[in-house]
Amino acid sequence: MTDLTSFTIAAARDRLAKNEFTALELTDAHLKAMEKAKGLNAFITTTAEVARTRAKASDARLQTGTAGALEGIPIGIKDLFCTEGVQTTAGSHILEGFKPPYESTVSQKLRDAGAVMLGKLNMDEFAMGSSNGTSYFGPVKNPWKARSRPPDSEAGDLVPGGSSGGSAAAVAAHLVLGATGTDTGGSIRQPASFCGIVGVKPTYGRCSRWGIVAFASSLDQAGPMTRTVRDAAIMLKAMCGHDPKDSTSAPLAVPDFEAALGKGVKGLRIGIPKEYRPDGLNADVALLWDAGVQWLKDAGATPVEISLPHTKSALPTYYIVAPAEASSNLARYDGLRFGQRDRTMGNSLDEMYAKTRAAGFGAEVKRRILIGTYVLSAGYYDAYYVKAQKVRALIAKDFTDAFSKVDAILTPTAPTAAFGLHGKQDDPIAMYLNDVFTVPASLAGIPGASVPAGLNNDGLPLGLQVLTKRWDEETMFRVCQVLEDAARFPTLKVAP
Amino acid sequence: MSYVIKGDTADWEVVIGLEVHAQVIAKAKLFSGASADFGAGPNTQVSFIDAGMPGMLPVINGYCVEQAVRTGLGLKAKINQRSVFARKNYFYADMPQGYQISQCDMPIVGEGTVYLDMPDGMTRAIGIERLHLEQDAGKSIHDMHVTKSMIDLNRSGVALMEIVSKPDLRSPEEAGLYLKKLRSILRYLRTCDGNMEEGSMRCDANVSVRPVGSNELRTRCEIKNLNSVRFVAQAIEHEAKRHVDVYESGGKIEQETRLYDANKGETRPMRSKEFAHDYRYFPDPDLLPLEFDDAFVAKIKATLPELPDDKKARFIANYGLSAYDAGVLVADQDSAVYFEAVAKGRDAKVANNWVSSNVFAVLNARNVPITECPVSAQHLGRLLDLISDNTLSTRMAKDVFELMIETGKDPGSIVEERGLKQITDTGAIEAAVDAIIAQNADKVAQYRAGKVQIMGWFVGQVMKATQGNASPALCSDLLTKKLAP
Amino acid sequence: MSLDEATIRRIATLARIEVPQAELEATAAKLSGILNWIEQLNEVNTDNVAPMSGGTVSGGTDLTLPWRTDVVTDGDQQEMVLANAPEAHAGFFAVPKVVE
Repeated sequence: MTDLTSFTIAAARDRLAKNEFTALELTDAHLKAMEKAKGLNAFITTTAEVARTRAKASDARLQTGTAGALEGIPIGIKDLFCTEGVQTTAGSHILEGFKPPYESTVSQKLRDAGAVMLGKLNMDEFAMGSSNGTSYFGPVKNPWKARSRPPDSEAGDLVPGGSSGGSAAAVAAHLVLGATGTDTGGSIRQPASFCGIVGVKPTYGRCSRWGIVAFASSLDQAGPMTRTVRDAAIMLKAMCGHDPKDSTSAPLAVPDFEAALGKGVKGLRIGIPKEYRPDGLNADVALLWDAGVQWLKDAGATPVEISLPHTKSALPTYYIVAPAEASSNLARYDGLRFGQRDRTMGNSLDEMYAKTRAAGFGAEVKRRILIGTYVLSAGYYDAYYVKAQKVRALIAKDFTDAFSKVDAILTPTAPTAAFGLHGKQDDPIAMYLNDVFTVPASLAGIPGASVPAGLNNDGLPLGLQVLTKRWDEETMFRVCQVLEDAARFPTLKVAP
Repeated sequence: MSYVIKGDTADWEVVIGLEVHAQVIAKAKLFSGASADFGAGPNTQVSFIDAGMPGMLPVINGYCVEQAVRTGLGLKAKINQRSVFARKNYFYADMPQGYQISQCDMPIVGEGTVYLDMPDGMTRAIGIERLHLEQDAGKSIHDMHVTKSMIDLNRSGVALMEIVSKPDLRSPEEAGLYLKKLRSILRYLRTCDGNMEEGSMRCDANVSVRPVGSNELRTRCEIKNLNSVRFVAQAIEHEAKRHVDVYESGGKIEQETRLYDANKGETRPMRSKEFAHDYRYFPDPDLLPLEFDDAFVAKIKATLPELPDDKKARFIANYGLSAYDAGVLVADQDSAVYFEAVAKGRDAKVANNWVSSNVFAVLNARNVPITECPVSAQHLGRLLDLISDNTLSTRMAKDVFELMIETGKDPGSIVEERGLKQITDTGAIEAAVDAIIAQNADKVAQYRAGKVQIMGWFVGQVMKATQGNASPALCSDLLTKKLAP
Repeated sequence: MSLDEATIRRIATLARIEVPQAELEATAAKLSGILNWIEQLNEVNTDNVAPMSGGTVSGGTDLTLPWRTDVVTDGDQQEMVLANAPEAHAGFFAVPKVVE
């Protein structure tokens, strides 16, 4: 019998419909794979019981012809999504033990579509990080290995990227068919690039943020992480749609993203922003980018050199806006109504707060809360926060101008491939630079996807990023599909 | 009325601005679907949004927006068709999100005016700086447990309007008049019930002093959480005196937040606010700017009731009342309605006398609103009709009014039951007059000798003889005629 | 901008995060490094540029704030509200005593 973990969502969906195997068999195969791959540390919480119950229910619906779009498909949920009765930690000690009495809109929609949750995926604490190294529950290992590193030693361990590192690793390692991620400055796209999978951040407002632990509200956006572009299209359709409980959710009809696939790129103009090719750009990344341009050209698209003049300012802008919002969003973790509390006797309320938060948050989260507090504080607000929001408006305008000339933009997803897990990671700014190509689109609220496009000379995956204008995910999927077809990316071989 | 504090070095005047927090009348909270009702069991009116649970998001209650606009229109204020919600960041046990959603730079309502009705019948304009929408916090209970405070989040997220006056008030009395007038307007509009005891209207007072004649604004102190008109006036008086004392002894006033201790009659600094204020306001990224068009405002404007100032002007013009009397009647909308029901088709001044003295006396004695007055406006109207058609004398009417209070009955049936009809039959009265004259020759002689002031005694005797039912007017007519020399 | 230890103490107090004395210097150095890097934004000319505000991601042109109707649809769930509380008592959340 074929290994049940080898299917894509599309293939599994069709075979489940034809009764070639049951949802329970599919779920059990993945639960077994998860057990074997525990060393990756991709999951914070596994929910085998929940999964098997739901898989059985899926089988019943498959039999009665009432199957949803993702009926019986085993998926993982990033631990930033609140899941009813299932621990939700956001990768933080401060939320350890928190069992939400509610289900996030996105995970509810996936449930309603019949998807089977296998567990809650590891992530950088409160989604702040680019290596999954800030998780209180330990780092996640990238299932890919570099040719130049000894595979079975610490030196061979690579990061999966972040913050959706557990999601990327679990999808790449065939532990789940798809996973939810969230992207604030690159947290879906960068780990997708590092782990050789597809990651889609839709337009801000496409997916409801209700029930997702907030990091930076004006940037946070959920999206799918899958092994193929088609799977991402299928999964995104199930995740998104208007939610009256989220004031920033768009009251727009959900397009049939899957139907857009296969339409090709003939006649599309593809913008190639010159600012994304700084001096010293990694040679493999540059080569792959050139290849991507050629593939699209071969498929009938016209590459156009464009300029996004404020690209350089995106990262510093992001590191004002995101920490500012985070400093406020994370004020509710005060040890009072949920999560951990410092219980030193005789503490005043303020001492309780300060000790609870000092013990509950990790170093990077504390750093960002302090930066965010500072840039909003009296006397500095205009110089930092207002300034950043003005530059952000300029960055958004760069894209608006560009999309008057081109239909999509092609760039590398990340400046490098995955790096060593045990290397030096204590320079915050060096870590922030991982998101240099993904942050601008986040600030502008436009959709972006990373497609695995090739391997570097060390055998590690590299992704290309496709950006389109707001609400035009369909064009984005069309371009992604062409790149995927041309790249013939070698799916990770997983020992059966 | 100028309020001056005499000091050793100068005469001082007080400069006051009030910030009023008025709870919006609405069924649900400002950003959640939980009930805004008062008095339920702890944490039973709490949505996950109000509890600041992870991932919860606010969605604004459109009716609260409408109420804020309605209030803005009632304050003759500028309505801002685009406003922005901002987060006011600070930690407190009963503020679950760690921030309050409020409005900072761009409030929903801008500058307006409230007219005070001064005791001399004049009015005085007090500027409104702004009105903005914000969330209430929960409630901390400190006396339930020895080492713990208990937190109830039922109030968390209830919609408040913060109404900020300009520093235009110059005495504790003016502050009181301002609060009463504002409350009157809010009640007319039905946007806040104005109940200070239950906390649905609370007041912070900003107080400073300066030498009379000076235009400077000196350091002010904010006295928080004043929950009655009386306490507002008292707290201002004490705080102003404190400032004068400090300045006169060469000291300096620190800008700070203070609490009023009504028992001790003094203000003291608030301990929990010792941390430097730094609320780090920024636009709430969970919400878009609040926008509406002209049509929305016009629709609300079309439903506005006649407000106290307009009603007062109309009462003066149409009923010939004095500014003072009109001001008293319109302060409470129900009183004004009551008065108009009584005055309709009758002598308005008589109606005003009865309402302002007799009816208000009953309400004060019983401590009930006019809607619960035992004498309905219809009944009082009929009573006045019985006076004007000479069925009852004014004196008899007062007795009947007492019976109406006791029984709640129609004056007509009381008159009927008790046979209280005024005797207007000349013959019956004449007989009584003749008898009195016959029995009191000495008094008659005195009267005829010029002691006309004993006429009152004769009238009294006739009334006594007729059990008080004689028409006083007829009595004196007959007596004058018969006693004439 | 170089942050001194007093500033770190002030913002740590505002943020209610205890920073031990021994860590003040290192924290100040790290945050100063980030702020210095951020300050390259000063080179960008933002004259006559309106700042983005709130969730208005691209100028607020394509979305408007939704309003809910004034209907009670939520609440009456004391048990669930308190279920995750580190300490609750008689229907209340309990915290160290606040002295007013």
